[in-house]
Amino acid sequence: MHELSIAQNIVDIIHQYVPANERQRVRSVFTIVGEHSGIVADSLTFSYQAITAATDLQQSALVIEHVPFTVRCKECGAESRTEMGSIQCPACKGLDTQVLSGTELRVSEIEMEDEPKEPS
Amino acid sequence: MSIITIERKVLEKNDELARKNRELFAKQKNFVINLVSSPGSGKTSLLEATLAKIRPHASVAVIEGDVQTDLDAQRVAKLDVPVVQIVTNGGCHLEAKLVHDAMQSLDLAAVDLLIIENVGNLVCPANYDLGEALKVVVLSVTEGDDKPLKYPTMFRNASVVIINKVDLLPYVNSNVETLKQNALSINPMLTVFEVSCRTGQGLDAWCDWLIEHSVKKG
Repeated sequence: MHELSIAQNIVDIIHQYVPANERQRVRSVFTIVGEHSGIVADSLTFSYQAITAATDLQQSALVIEHVPFTVRCKECGAESRTEMGSIQCPACKGLDTQVLSGTELRVSEIEMEDEPKEPS
Repeated sequence: MSIITIERKVLEKNDELARKNRELFAKQKNFVINLVSSPGSGKTSLLEATLAKIRPHASVAVIEGDVQTDLDAQRVAKLDVPVVQIVTNGGCHLEAKLVHDAMQSLDLAAVDLLIIENVGNLVCPANYDLGEALKVVVLSVTEGDDKPLKYPTMFRNASVVIINKVDLLPYVNSNVETLKQNALSINPMLTVFEVSCRTGQGLDAWCDWLIEHSVKKG
């Protein structure tokens, strides 16, 4: 259950980018979460809602983009999604592979509602 | 609607502190291991057995991480080894900041080997770099030989697996070869040791490896 501290890290990053007087306009926070980043998406969403409730960010939603775990085989060159987080190449069974994706945990974008127009 | 592009790692604050810890360890020539496992796999017993064997050859200090109590630190202190206990008060893992704070109570310049015993948990500690040289996963045979497949992130991020309680193999449905195969299918670079802290089996090979890596060079 470290999703709560992950959610707090996400809020800290939002605070760095959005000044206090603009945080009420944050609508969506886009995150990239790898299949094997060790994060449970539902738990992260719940944690984010819990710590932003009754704050300037309460109207914002956490949006999670899932990234599959893939490896590139240095022996046969195949790029494949593997079963159960194995690094073994499914094509040639080679073990000399490089992890391409699936371990990331990033905040990618923040979507803000436009400022209310000044009456002219 | 307008979009602010960020592209920031969520754990960059921890990673940055871990990098600072690592720099400090390098400067002081400390070999640092992050000992991880599920609760009850025998991390502290392994630590006690390891310290007894390794102390004549290397200067050691220990940072203990637990959710509650300083029972583990008391066990280590009995062996006359400098030890700091971190109590996370419910936190499921150690973070670089906690380790940095704990380091202030240790004379690391005089230390060859620093062992950080993480909170018993095979999930959360996998995400948090502490600045260690490598992660060592302890896995007991009673936990089942499919454990590496269930917790691949930890096994992928580790460098060493210690299979503990091998004296119990006749009594459990764990196959040590299957366990090794499963671990190596996740991460073929793993160094594997088979030990029993009760009988002492395999401890020499593990301790020799540790001494070789931790005695200060130059």
